[in-house]
Amino acid sequence: MDTNMTARVLDNGLKVLVQEVHTAPLASVWCWYKVGSKDETTGLTGVSHWVEHMNFKGTTHIPREEMKGSIEKFGGSWNGYTWLDETTYMETASTAGLDRMLFIESERMANCMYDPDDCESERTVIISELQGSENDPDTLLEQEVIAAAYKVHPYRHPTIGWLSDLQTMTRDNLYQHYRRNYVPNNATVVVVGDVDTDAVLRRVEKQFGGIPSGPDLRRVSVIEPEQLGERRVEVSREGTTAYLKLAYRAPALGDPDFFPMLVLDAILTGAKGINLWSSFRTPPPQRRARLYRALVERRLASSVGAGLLPTEHPFLYLISATAMEGVSLADLEGAATACLEDVARRGITDRELIKAKSQLRARLVFENDSVTNLGHQLGYFETVANGEVYHSAPARIAGVTQTDVERAATAYLKTDRRTVGWFQPPLGSPGEAT
Amino acid sequence: MAVAAKGLAAVRHTLDNGAVIISKEAHTVAAVTIQMSARAGSIHDSNELLGLSHLASRVLDRGTTARSSEDVAEALDERGVSLSVGANRHVLTVNCTCLSEDFEAMLELVGEILMQPAFPDEEIETRKGEVLNAIRQDEDSPAATAMQNLFAMLYPDRHPYGRPAKGTIETVGRIGRNDLVRFHEARFAPSTTTAIIVGDVDRERAAAAGERVLGRWRKPAPGEIALAHPPSDRARQVRVIPMMNKAQADIAYGLTTIVRSDPRYYAYTLMNNALGQYGVGGRLGDSIRERQGMAYYVFSSFDANVVEGPLFVRAGVNPSNVERAIGSIDAELRRMASDGLTAQELADCQQYLVGSIPRLLETNGAIATFLQTTEFFGLGLDHDLRLPALLGAVTLEDVNAAARDALDVDRASVVVAGPYQP
Repeated sequence: MDTNMTARVLDNGLKVLVQEVHTAPLASVWCWYKVGSKDETTGLTGVSHWVEHMNFKGTTHIPREEMKGSIEKFGGSWNGYTWLDETTYMETASTAGLDRMLFIESERMANCMYDPDDCESERTVIISELQGSENDPDTLLEQEVIAAAYKVHPYRHPTIGWLSDLQTMTRDNLYQHYRRNYVPNNATVVVVGDVDTDAVLRRVEKQFGGIPSGPDLRRVSVIEPEQLGERRVEVSREGTTAYLKLAYRAPALGDPDFFPMLVLDAILTGAKGINLWSSFRTPPPQRRARLYRALVERRLASSVGAGLLPTEHPFLYLISATAMEGVSLADLEGAATACLEDVARRGITDRELIKAKSQLRARLVFENDSVTNLGHQLGYFETVANGEVYHSAPARIAGVTQTDVERAATAYLKTDRRTVGWFQPPLGSPGEAT
Repeated sequence: MAVAAKGLAAVRHTLDNGAVIISKEAHTVAAVTIQMSARAGSIHDSNELLGLSHLASRVLDRGTTARSSEDVAEALDERGVSLSVGANRHVLTVNCTCLSEDFEAMLELVGEILMQPAFPDEEIETRKGEVLNAIRQDEDSPAATAMQNLFAMLYPDRHPYGRPAKGTIETVGRIGRNDLVRFHEARFAPSTTTAIIVGDVDRERAAAAGERVLGRWRKPAPGEIALAHPPSDRARQVRVIPMMNKAQADIAYGLTTIVRSDPRYYAYTLMNNALGQYGVGGRLGDSIRERQGMAYYVFSSFDANVVEGPLFVRAGVNPSNVERAIGSIDAELRRMASDGLTAQELADCQQYLVGSIPRLLETNGAIATFLQTTEFFGLGLDHDLRLPALLGAVTLEDVNAAARDALDVDRASVVVAGPYQP
């Protein structure tokens, strides 16, 4: 990616990335931690996400009541998220708010309170978040499929955690997780916007330079064993509609096969791009994509989508389809797998390769249309792999050959490397397939 | 601040045939967003063919009189173009984002889609099946069910704002090709068409392309639809839709308010911000999420429209907390109606909403949507420049009068959908 980004590392190990963008009087600050649900142990699933929630509830120098309005007074928005490999916090506001944004992030790193009453109150908020997501059959099925696809790797549990862990985790569990992981040598601060790089670097040094490093963190070393055959999972709950998921073992972001797989995904379901914050909010161009034509145009599914997500360790290439009324999941699955087997067996055309690359080239432009989206990308890739992967993404996509894609299709779209999930409304449900 | 000082400085042209082209240069990325809209939203559906506008939006881009469905698909996919068609109550919009190098070709295609759709039988059947599936999915969604029922209660007697925009299994089932052709013939015309072009294309190039694509279109202006006012004096009503297969209950709680052209609009906007948006869900979020830990999401939304639009509150809660959550919503509305906002709250909300303008007008897509709304409600091309003063002029008296007028819990409509039975 063509950027004028500046990178520094402070003495305490904090990485700092700054990019000037002078199109609007805005600055976006992101603070990334290399800790996600992958870094959780049995009994403490969901701790990273709960910690993220607690880190909005006041610090030693920002009382809880002052957190509200702190960014709003600069017309700003703020947010945070936790996922498999990372936890991140962001603010985008007028450039006048830059010091405030950096101060909040430095406080978040070092001085959050973890008031016991706040921890209890947040427990029920998070359980509400979990139960709200389970209202959606598609989400419920995805959770079951991912859990079945892994035997030992911690990618198997949902980022929000299992309900029993959320019911039993203590304030001390949360605080220990926070203290261990929220250290400058485990973090990256990103500033993008209408700023002066040297001034930003001085301000970051002032706000974060005094925070001591922590001990080196133990990283997850477990490797998921080879899958020895297809796995199947069925969720049976009342509902109106049946859903299918096919999860194939996929390459990690740092694997040379990642970009060929990304091109393959564009050929199968349309290009999405590589920005988790913005790419998936606009529909992919998929009308001529193979799975769309095989399932939607043949009236077997009302929608089909897929995701190859950039992750630190090998995750899943997850394909989802919604069955049309009256279409059995067996028929839908048969048509989907036949399409995938055809790609693996007979390869792709020149034209498909060119089109997929054009789509990805366009998506990489569309997904960087704001300081917020750009800030996300710089920090995300630095945290999950390294900045070089992001900056070289356009060249790597351009360099993918037909042979690369065909090799990836053969290697990854294998029957014995997949997990199949069915959400099947039981007999008597209004949408029961016949 | 550069944006506040100059404003968007969008340029508006009206063609001989009445079509309007509004363009705005923005060179952040080498891309252009095109939004071309017609006054063909769901208020124009008959009760017998409910869902006609929505189905039209699904089929419109599936083949034109000049290109087959496959040719349209190829033109989009080979360039990585993101194209979608959506219909709200009043307007149907073709929304397209492309690289700037593809601008002319895509504007031409978008124009073709809007002016001369072919409505192929095969495509109608496929898209109809998708819509029917989506209706069934909504029936299984507590959130969609709660909102649909709330609107039916706020806008009763088959008012166009109270009907399901997707239609029903029965009404969509009976829509045929002739209905779509007649709908297009009746509702799509240059005098009610607006093309918004935002992005990496200079204004002369945008205007010339707009003229070339839309300039030769000739059709008489469609008639206006008269909309009734919703009832404003109804007693409180509560509806429960048990969905026992679900994990969480969705609450939708609403009132009708004012029209968009009402001078109190900005006072209502600030009142709504304090009630259910500022920070994490305003006062409602402070009470229900932060203090009581009952819900992951709770917020309010205010949507003034051509007729009196709704102010609604949404929350997702455990079924055991339904009564407590509704009681807390009642309490916050009563408190705001009786005691009003504090001067500090009003100042905070004003500072926030005014300060947000550059951030909300950063991307091509956001600017296009803002200009589309501005044009629809006739707010003027300089609306972004006047907005800070309009918000800043609201007094505590204005906003407290809005709270007193709007927040009458005794005439609220309340829906609970989920694993709950009273």
